[in-house]
Amino acid sequence: MTLESSLRAARESGRKLLVPYVTGGLGHGWLNIVRAVADAGADAIEIGIPFSDPVMDGRTIQEASQRALDIGATPAGIIDQLAGADIAVPLAVMTYYNPVHHMGHQRFAQRLAGAGVQAAIVPDLPLDELNGWADAADAAGVETVLLAAPTTSDERLAAICARSRGFVYGIALLGITGERTELAVEAGEMGRRLKAATDLPVLLGLGISNPSQAREAAAHADGVIVGSALIRRLLEGGGSEGAAAFVRELREGLDRDD
Amino acid sequence: MKVPRTRESALFAPRRGDAVTLGPPGPEPVGLGRYGEFGGRFVPETLVPALEELEAEFRTAWASDAFRLEYATLLAQYAGRPTPVTECHRLSERLGVRVFLKREDLTHTGSHKINNVLGQALLTKRMGKQRVIAETGAGQHGVATATACALFGLDCIVFMGAVDVERQALNVFRMQLLGAEVIPVTSGSATLKDAINDALRDWVASVESTHYCIGSVVGPHPFPWIVREFQRIVGDEAREQTREMLGGADPDFVVACVGGGSNAMGTFAGFLETDAELIGVEAAGLGLESGRHGASVSRGVPGALHGARSLYLQDEDGQILEAHSISAGLDYPGVGPEHAALAADGRASYDSATDAEALAGLQELCATEGIMPALEPAHAIGWLMREAGKRVPLGSTVLVTLSGRGDKDAMQVAELLTGETLA
Ligand SMILES: Cc1ncc(COP(=O)(O)O)c(C=O)c1O
Repeated sequence: MTLESSLRAARESGRKLLVPYVTGGLGHGWLNIVRAVADAGADAIEIGIPFSDPVMDGRTIQEASQRALDIGATPAGIIDQLAGADIAVPLAVMTYYNPVHHMGHQRFAQRLAGAGVQAAIVPDLPLDELNGWADAADAAGVETVLLAAPTTSDERLAAICARSRGFVYGIALLGITGERTELAVEAGEMGRRLKAATDLPVLLGLGISNPSQAREAAAHADGVIVGSALIRRLLEGGGSEGAAAFVRELREGLDRDD
Repeated sequence: MKVPRTRESALFAPRRGDAVTLGPPGPEPVGLGRYGEFGGRFVPETLVPALEELEAEFRTAWASDAFRLEYATLLAQYAGRPTPVTECHRLSERLGVRVFLKREDLTHTGSHKINNVLGQALLTKRMGKQRVIAETGAGQHGVATATACALFGLDCIVFMGAVDVERQALNVFRMQLLGAEVIPVTSGSATLKDAINDALRDWVASVESTHYCIGSVVGPHPFPWIVREFQRIVGDEAREQTREMLGGADPDFVVACVGGGSNAMGTFAGFLETDAELIGVEAAGLGLESGRHGASVSRGVPGALHGARSLYLQDEDGQILEAHSISAGLDYPGVGPEHAALAADGRASYDSATDAEALAGLQELCATEGIMPALEPAHAIGWLMREAGKRVPLGSTVLVTLSGRGDKDAMQVAELLTGETLA
């Protein structure tokens, strides 16, 4: 099943979508964290492949990436570990373009497909530079999720929605990843613009930090992506239980009817 | 012999005190900022509209007589251009080659960086932005940016690796005096590459009100193009000046140090159509074999960082490696995409000089010519000292771009030479 069909099915069942982000290779038991997050109510999971120079990431994910690299995480290693992991929900890797470029478009795409990873998100590969990678990804059956930003024009937004696979990632603030005390004003507008432009699942991400913000954001979209708030708990030693507890809270926040 | 100054004879060379005349614009990169297979715009979607706006603004401005006149006037009246070309008689005698220096050290703020920031400050004004961010390595680009911001009344924030804040304390203080806020960057290797990362992170959040004044021919399109065009004055002037001094001939070799590559690209731009051999000198640090260097063309592989496809030092998994150089300005694990293209098609070649050779170059130029170069261009001098009579045949004429003066490095050099810290 593709990421898109799986998210569409979940949306049709009437629930808001929840996609947590976990840094690959963050501790030797990181796959247990991924499993716990899946079991706690995630609809899909983003697996971060750490890169030395993550320009879209704030302190928390920078630190997680560095810790993972310090204990030897590599793109090939992370993908290969996912191959045998048997995670119950679809997976999308999130990485920067250089590791993809370095392995080679085709080899990277085929490696993902071979490991049963459905999709890839490459935040520094915008629509205009997509071709080489996207062709290889399409050929391998890997869905490439594109990002739209608050600064994106309506015209570009339409083109991004048309080319995105899996879902469309709406950047919910002007800035980089990291927890925020309040949901950014850009979130609602981003969700509304994307929902008006496409029937693809629309997820909002960046800065969404707790169940009430998740709920607030999801009101304007099909669901949310939560990264730094979860990663901080892992960096603080929360482990898979802490991760699962937080994902359950997010799930309840999204599912609560009032 | 006094050479007559007439334009017709092609021996009309710019001199100090003259008005600045800009040469014709150089070629635009192809498509989305491509130089051969290098360049491009590999950035988060958030930044794409700002880069499109900047590209359109620059294209219009660079074709506008009014903008060019304003820029040329600033270069003359504020930056002190044209800068002279100096023939180095004593050094030439020692090396057996005829050495000429393009004296960017004599500009206001003491390096070629001022040429670029004055242009970008004018663009910032045109775009109606009030806040400027910049990265800096040696601090020269930071000082130049802070200077231009003071001149134009713009708010200035400079990101600088914490390691560089330490080794370039004088420039940190200069920036602060000029009204800039200097933000030490502690992530990664805490040098230039990380300062660019943090500047980009700031820009993703502030892009609607802020211009990112990038300091070299690196970054996403249109930056490598803009910065080359604002630096081409170096090569355009030097070509006319050396023609005058060489009776109409061009130098056999044109040499410049390469960090990101802006002084070299500005210099090369003026000589691409000549027969001169173009040589970029990268930082070999402790030696290419030591793994501790900044030689991205010699030892890098294709990749994408800071918005451009180019050559970068990286490990087998595509993680960017830390560079090493005695000079903060060359301590960068990448190079501008146009240099990668020039290297690929062979129009320019790239070699390197070690920390020790740079230090020797600095001492030699002080002793023979009374000119203290910055540690960055001291690499070009050190390279020439090594290669004169080898790669550079005896009797050759050689133009070296002296991209900046050495005052900023005086403390560091004192420590390296004496083993003691100056009080
Ligand atoms: C004097 C001087 N030369 C050279 C450089 C290297 O930069 P680029 O290669 O862009 O000229 C610097 C950078 O700080 C510098 O200050």
